Amino acid sequence: MPVIKFFRQRPQLTLLLLAVLLAVLPFLVGAGLGKSWIRVLDFALLYVLLALGLNIVVGYAGLLDLGYIAFYALGAYLYAWLASPHFGLHLPFWAVLPIGALLAGLFGVLLGAPTLRLRGDYLAIVTLGFGEIIRIFMNNLNAPVNITNGPQGMNLIDPIAFGDFTFKGTHHFFGIAFSSAHLYYYLFLGFVLLAMLIALRLQDSRIGRAWAAIREDEVAAAAMGINTRNVKLLAFAMGATFGGLAGGLFAAFQGFISPESFGLMESIMILCMIVLGGMGNIPGVILGAVLLTVLPEALRYLGDAQRALLGHVALDPADLRMLLFGVALILMMLFRPEGLLPSRRRQRELHPEDGPGEQASLYDSRG
Amino acid sequence: MALLEVECVTKRFGGLAALDAVSLSVRQGEIYGLIGPNGAGKTTLFNCMTGLYSVTGGQVRLDGKAIHNRKPHEIVRQGFARTFQNIRLFPNMTALENVMVGRHVRSRASVLGAVLRDKRTRAEEAAIRERAQELLHFVGLGRKGRALASHLAYGEQRRLEIARALATEPRLLALDEPVAGMNPTERRQMADFFRKLRDTGVSLLLIEHDVKLVMGLCDRVAVLDYGKKIAEGAPEAVQRDPAVIAAYLGVEAA
Ligand SMILES: Nc1ncnc2c1ncn2[C@@H]1O[C@H](COP(=O)(O)OP(=O)(O)OP(=O)(O)O)[C@@H](O)[C@H]1O
Ligand SMILES: [Mg+2]
Repeated sequence: MPVIKFFRQRPQLTLLLLAVLLAVLPFLVGAGLGKSWIRVLDFALLYVLLALGLNIVVGYAGLLDLGYIAFYALGAYLYAWLASPHFGLHLPFWAVLPIGALLAGLFGVLLGAPTLRLRGDYLAIVTLGFGEIIRIFMNNLNAPVNITNGPQGMNLIDPIAFGDFTFKGTHHFFGIAFSSAHLYYYLFLGFVLLAMLIALRLQDSRIGRAWAAIREDEVAAAAMGINTRNVKLLAFAMGATFGGLAGGLFAAFQGFISPESFGLMESIMILCMIVLGGMGNIPGVILGAVLLTVLPEALRYLGDAQRALLGHVALDPADLRMLLFGVALILMMLFRPEGLLPSRRRQRELHPEDGPGEQASLYDSRG
Repeated sequence: MALLEVECVTKRFGGLAALDAVSLSVRQGEIYGLIGPNGAGKTTLFNCMTGLYSVTGGQVRLDGKAIHNRKPHEIVRQGFARTFQNIRLFPNMTALENVMVGRHVRSRASVLGAVLRDKRTRAEEAAIRERAQELLHFVGLGRKGRALASHLAYGEQRRLEIARALATEPRLLALDEPVAGMNPTERRQMADFFRKLRDTGVSLLLIEHDVKLVMGLCDRVAVLDYGKKIAEGAPEAVQRDPAVIAAYLGVEAA
């Protein structure tokens, strides 16, 4: 496309435009679509962070993890324990977030260690179980000692605060009003950019190549000197760390958490984001996360539209969302299994007919 | 002391003894051939030596250090690399990337280094790339670096696998039927290549069905049959061994 070519040839201009756009985006969205959409934007960024983390595990190392949301839960609960009236602790966010990320990373290793020998479906089942176990713990650890406050969840969680400056309420700078949602937008954006940088650099490093190698052929990777155990655990730990960080941010942003937010559907949703966008490719993963956060919100308007047109709601938008979502995924798997913006490597893998690969496969059965 | 010592290695799969008390030794600077009919246990022996299989009994030592039942990556680190009979490249990575993976064990960049891209990591990464390119050149794939491994011709894939193994800086390289599927000209070129490789200081352990090639190339040969070593020695002597003729060469002579 000529437009894309125009920007390709002018990387500095593109970057500048992108930076300006990202800086004013919450104001554009707020003015154009309404205040509530700024929060949608915030959630989109949180999901981008989560998807970038899961992409390390699934996209880079090829380990199908269906319990990823557990790390998000751990980060969120840790934040609530250390910064809410629940235990009367009010540690600053810059202490709590790293602790949450590290704790999640540690659990990533704990989950990874017993599952090292499992692959594909088997790994998916075990990680799925792990995700549910964490959620069930959070649901039930309110007696005999009240640790998680059970299904009611915990609230009055401290917002992000720099000294006296808290992210709650509206602040004015240079005569411009920044609501809490605006402030979190910039904070989350900062973390997303950092996560992108980390993911991109890892992908293109000795570690990233080792992940790609075990994804391609684990036996060959081991026979080429890769310590498959450590490299896999590292992927689990890195992904979980991103998840834990996102969880902490979520708790601070929302001010309230309960086990409901950390169900299996959430894990599947994040997996769908990276599958839809393009596994293993950062821009694809980001696109997938943004699409799957924003589209369901947009579909809510279908209810209003029906009421205006028909006088009543014939099709519940929530059902319709799931229906469209399912249809979209099936179409994707049929026509573009590599995702909307795939990595080159995955595109080749799913379209082998594009290259002269037959010669090799003739001999592959020998052995 | 020999570079590689295999002592009474036994490997059972259920009731089947794929290897039955096999002993052999490879000396420094040698090209050592391992031959035997289909199903004799040659590949199984490779797998036992390189940590893919545990041994049921016996010992394998590299430079006097026991390596049997160690993890594959530890054995590679000790300086023992291999290729596979049924080519196991990373198909969706480029030829260059494949070889770069082989440098993993000889490089150190951690997550922190990779993320910060400090001077040392950048230098290491450049060195990895440069060495990988050299190795591609060495196996005659200098201009194929950007091609996908799965898009290479069959003979090229075999050579790429050797380059990848060489990237781990082995003292001993085990090749499982490295010229299978090649035509006579390619085979001769490969034989020359193996001599060249040996002259760079890498000892070779070679499984091969092409008896003529083995006899012309190897310093010593061992013959496996039904998991047992039935002969070992200089190629000419092994060729005349009645047991070998009966078990293996005899079939060809008939
Ligand atoms: N993982 C395994 N499980 C069970 N049996 C095995 C396994 N690997 C090898 N075998 C058996 O061990 C025996 C030796 O096989 P191996 O592959 O080592 O033979 P080979 O000498 O390499 O033969 P070829 O020349 O055909 O490659 C065969 O009977 C084979 O079926
Ligand atoms: Mg074999």
